[in-house]
Amino acid sequence: MFESILFYTLAAFILGFGVLVVTARNTVHCVVFLVANFLCVAMIYVMLGAEFLAIIQVLVYAGGIVVLYLFVVMLVNLKRGPDAAPDRRRQSRVGFVLAAVMLAEISAILVYSAARPASAVAAAAATPLQTVGNTEVVGMLLYTDYLIPFEVASMLLLVAMIGAILLAKKEI
Amino acid sequence: MPPGFSSSDFYYLMPELVITAGALLVLALDVLLPRAWERVLSWVTVAVILGAGLALVPSAGQNLTIARDLVAIDGFATFFKVLFLVAAALTVLMSPRYLTLENVHPGEYYFLVLCATLGMMFMAGGVDLITLFIGLETMAVSFYVLTGIIRPNKRSNEAAIKYFVLGAFSLGLLLYGMSILYGLTGSTHLRVIATSLVAGDGGLLLPFAVMLLVAGIGFKIAAVPFHMWAPDVYEGAPTPITAFLSVGSKAASFAMLLRIFVAGLPAFRADGLGTAWGQPFGWGAFFYVLAVVTMTVGNLAALTQGNIKRLLAYSSIAHAGYILIGIVAGSTRGVSAALVYLMIYAFMQLGAFAVVVMLRRKDIIGDELKDLTGLYATHPGAAIAMLVFMLSLGGIPPTAGFMGKFWVFGAAIDAGYVWLAVIGVLNSAVSLYYYIRIVVFMWISEEEEKSAAFGISPAVATVLAVTLAMTVLLGIYPRLLFDFAQASAASLGSVPSLGLR
Amino acid sequence: MTPITPYHYLVLSAALFMLGVIGVMTRRNIIIIFMSIELMLNAVNINLAAFSQQLHNAVGQVFAIFVVAVAAAEAAIGLGIILAFYRNKETLNIDEMNILRW
Repeated sequence: MFESILFYTLAAFILGFGVLVVTARNTVHCVVFLVANFLCVAMIYVMLGAEFLAIIQVLVYAGGIVVLYLFVVMLVNLKRGPDAAPDRRRQSRVGFVLAAVMLAEISAILVYSAARPASAVAAAAATPLQTVGNTEVVGMLLYTDYLIPFEVASMLLLVAMIGAILLAKKEI
Repeated sequence: MPPGFSSSDFYYLMPELVITAGALLVLALDVLLPRAWERVLSWVTVAVILGAGLALVPSAGQNLTIARDLVAIDGFATFFKVLFLVAAALTVLMSPRYLTLENVHPGEYYFLVLCATLGMMFMAGGVDLITLFIGLETMAVSFYVLTGIIRPNKRSNEAAIKYFVLGAFSLGLLLYGMSILYGLTGSTHLRVIATSLVAGDGGLLLPFAVMLLVAGIGFKIAAVPFHMWAPDVYEGAPTPITAFLSVGSKAASFAMLLRIFVAGLPAFRADGLGTAWGQPFGWGAFFYVLAVVTMTVGNLAALTQGNIKRLLAYSSIAHAGYILIGIVAGSTRGVSAALVYLMIYAFMQLGAFAVVVMLRRKDIIGDELKDLTGLYATHPGAAIAMLVFMLSLGGIPPTAGFMGKFWVFGAAIDAGYVWLAVIGVLNSAVSLYYYIRIVVFMWISEEEEKSAAFGISPAVATVLAVTLAMTVLLGIYPRLLFDFAQASAASLGSVPSLGLR
Repeated sequence: MTPITPYHYLVLSAALFMLGVIGVMTRRNIIIIFMSIELMLNAVNINLAAFSQQLHNAVGQVFAIFVVAVAAAEAAIGLGIILAFYRNKETLNIDEMNILRW
C-alpha cells in the first residue's frame, strides 16, 4: 500500500516535471524542472533497490550535468527567446502522431504483462533472491566482468573533456 | 592483473592498446614539441596506425572471445579492424595541408581520429551490448568534435549541431531497444540473447525493441528515412573528416548492425516478430524496405546536387542501400558480399574525397562541381584517378565497384530476392548519370585562370596512389578479398548457411 | 490497489521516453532539445533498473551506470558545440540554422 502511494506520487512528479521541461518557455525554468525530475527518478531507483545508481544519479545528473546546463544557459544570454514564434500547427501535428505512438507502446507493454513471461524471466524467478543493488555487487561487476567497457568509457570521458575544451575555448 | 584476466587477453587486445597509447602520445607530443614540428604529428599518427596493424597479426585466423567474454577476436572483427585502420591511415595522410589551410590545430585532431578508430574497433569486436554501445559512443563523440573542429566556420558549427542532435537522439532510441533486449533475456551478451529468445517472447515488446534498434542503427548508417543529417554534416565537416565519416563510421555501424542482428537475433530474420498481411515477418523485412527506399531516394536526390560533398553524401546513402541488400540476403554469402562491398567502397570513396581535399586551395573552398572544371588540363593524373573512382562507384566492369555490386546482387538472387537485385541494378544505372556528370565537368576545359594550378602534396599523392591501385586491383583480381570476406562472414557464428551453394 | 510490478515502471519509463521524444520533435531551442534527450536517457535507465530488479541481476544497473557516463560525455560535448555555434551566430533556434539546408 505504502509502496503504491509512493510510486504513484513519484510517477506523477516525474511526468509532471517532464511535461514542464518540454513545455516551459523560459530555459532557466526548464533546467530547474529537469533537476526536480532527476531527483524524483533517483527516488525511483531507491524503490527499485538500485541505491548506488540513485547516488550516481544525484551526483552526476543533478550535481554535474544540470550545473553544466545552467552554466551554458547563463553564458548564452539570449535577448530574444528562440521559441518566440513557434510554429503551432507543426507542433500540434507532430505531438498528435507521437501521442498515438506512445499509446501504442504502452498497450504493447500491457499486452506483454498479460502474455506469458519470457523464458529468462521465468528462470530468474526460480533462482533465489540475491542481494542486488548494493554498491558491492555493482562494483564487482564493473571492475571484473565489465572492466573493458569501463576502460573504454574512461577514454570516452577523456575525449569529451578535450573536445569540450577545444570547442568552447575562445583561443587555444 | 585484474581478476579473470590473463596475459592472453592483453595479447589479443594489443591493437586497441596501441591505438590508445598512440592517441595519448600524440596528445603529449602536441604539448611538448615546438610549433614548428607540428608536421611530425601526422607521421607519428600514421606510425601508430601501422603499429596497430602489426599488432593485429596475431588475431588472424583466431576465433575466440577475450576479456570475460565481452570482446570477440574472430575473422569478422579482424576484417573490420583492417578496414578501420586503412581508412584512418588514409584520412590522416590527406589531412595535413587541409588542416593548415583551415587553421586547425593538428594535435587534438589526430588524437580524436585515433579515438574514433578505437571506438570503431570495439564496435567490430564487441559481442556484448554494453561494449558495443560504449564503442559506438567513443566513436560518435569523437566525430561530433571533429565535425565542429573548424570553429570560426559557421558551416562546420552548424554541421556539428545537427550531427550531435540527431546522433544523441538515435542513441536514445538504440539504448531503449537494448534495454528491452536485456529485459527479455536477462543478459547483455549477444550469444545469450541469441539462444534464450524464442518466438513469441515478450509479445509486442520484441518487435518494438527491434524497431527501435533498426531506427537507432539506421541513423548511424544514414539509411533513408533516417538520413536527413548526412548531407548537411558531410557538407559542413572538414573534408578529410567527411571521408572518414562516410567510410569508417558507416562501416563500424554496419559491423554493429551485423553483430546485433545476425549474431544476436538470428532466429528472427525471416519470421518470429509477428505477421503483416498474413505474412510472418522478421527483421529482414525491415531491412528489405530500408534497402529499397535508401537506394532509390539516395540516387534520385544525388541527381540534382551541385556540391560535390553533398553529392557524395547522397551517393554514400545509396551505397548503404546496396550494402543492406547483402544483409537482407542474410546467408553467409550475403554477409560476405556486404563485407566485400564495404571494403571496396572504402577505397573508392576515400579516393574520391582525396581529390576533393586537393581542390581546397587558399581562397577556394573547392567543393562545388564547377571547381572541377579543367581538372584534366591542369592535373591529368588526379582527373584520371577521379574518373576511375567515379566509374567504380557507378559499378562499371573492370573496376572494383563492379565486383562489389556483382557479388551483392548475386547473393540477393541466390537467396531468392530477385526483385531486390533488379531494383539495385536499376538504381546503379540511375547513379551513372551523376557520376558521369562529375567526369564531364573535369574534362570541360575553360581557358580561364579558374583552373589555377595547385600543388599535390606527397601525402595526398600517396592516398591517391593507394586507393587507385586497390580500386583497380580488386576489380581485376577480387579473389583476394572474397576469400578473406567469406572466412570473416563465416566466423560471425550463427549465420544460417542457406546460401552456401 | 494492485501491487506495484515491474510493468508499472515500464509504463512510467515509456511515458517519460515519449515525453523526451516529443520534446526533441517540437521544441526549437537547442538547449531544451538536449534536455529532452536527457529525459529519454533517464527513461532508459528506469527501464534498466526495473528489469534489473525483476531479473535479480545487477547487470542492468551496470548498464545504467554506463548510460550515465555517456550522458555526461554527451552533455559536455553538446554544450561545447552550442557555445562554439553561439559565438558565430547569436541564436539557438534550430530553424535559423540555414546555411546548410536542414
